[in-house]
Amino acid sequence: MTLKEIKEILNAEVLVGGEYLDSEVRDAFAADLLSDVLAFAKEGTLLITGITNPQVIRTAEMLELMGIVFVRGKRPDGDAMRLAQMKKVPLLSTRYIMFETCGRLFKNGVAGCIEKVENGRAEA
Amino acid sequence: MAEQKHNEHLLELACPVEGGDFIHAGEVASKIKKVLKEIGVSQEVVRRTAIATYEAEMNVVCYARRGKFYLTITPDCLKIVVQDEGQGIEDIELAMKEGYSTASPQIREMGFGAGMGLPNIKKNVDQLQITSVVGEGTRLEMDIFTRC
Repeated sequence: MTLKEIKEILNAEVLVGGEYLDSEVRDAFAADLLSDVLAFAKEGTLLITGITNPQVIRTAEMLELMGIVFVRGKRPDGDAMRLAQMKKVPLLSTRYIMFETCGRLFKNGVAGCIEKVENGRAEA
Repeated sequence: MAEQKHNEHLLELACPVEGGDFIHAGEVASKIKKVLKEIGVSQEVVRRTAIATYEAEMNVVCYARRGKFYLTITPDCLKIVVQDEGQGIEDIELAMKEGYSTASPQIREMGFGAGMGLPNIKKNVDQLQITSVVGEGTRLEMDIFTRC
């Protein structure tokens, strides 16, 4: 599935990275805790979150995530937007809550980047 | 600013980090990641190093007055030393436990302070040594082997 299809499913607004809408989305991870994102998200994963500060963009940069969907209609401030432009991290904003966002994407074939955690580690 | 020395077998980099500077938090990790990519370190090592240095940098920004990152690259190993001036860690064993945190509500609001930072650093490096003096500061030594 492409980022463009994600945008349509979630009726989302593209905040940064309109030129990357043809990128393929393989899987996703959702959390409001950046520590968990850093511990469990994989390279190339789409992040679904309600955190909008510059650190979420840094986290995406470090993990080489493919993009971020902000839920509950949230939008990052100017610093985070500028950082995302600089680091080429696509940003989308949807008014759906996190549960709905995940459910709609899962129903359309987007899997979690990991299924579950065992003893604090991602299961292989 | 970052100082960089380069010769045939060794690259050294030193970068300062300011405590409380949340706007620039992550720039050192970003710089280190870029250097590693440029010299052609494997993607897996780049990723593990990026996560560990970013977590360590957030720790300095969240808990210390200032700190300095030293990166040394030899043919077999990446060594990252983080020396900070700050409150220090009273009980290192406790700090290494997943879920243990002394973070302020402000840090938690930002999505950090879940007590996952040090355990996540440990998970991503091959050797981790932490020494700390309460009221003075903390020193992290992280080794990542680039050859198996």
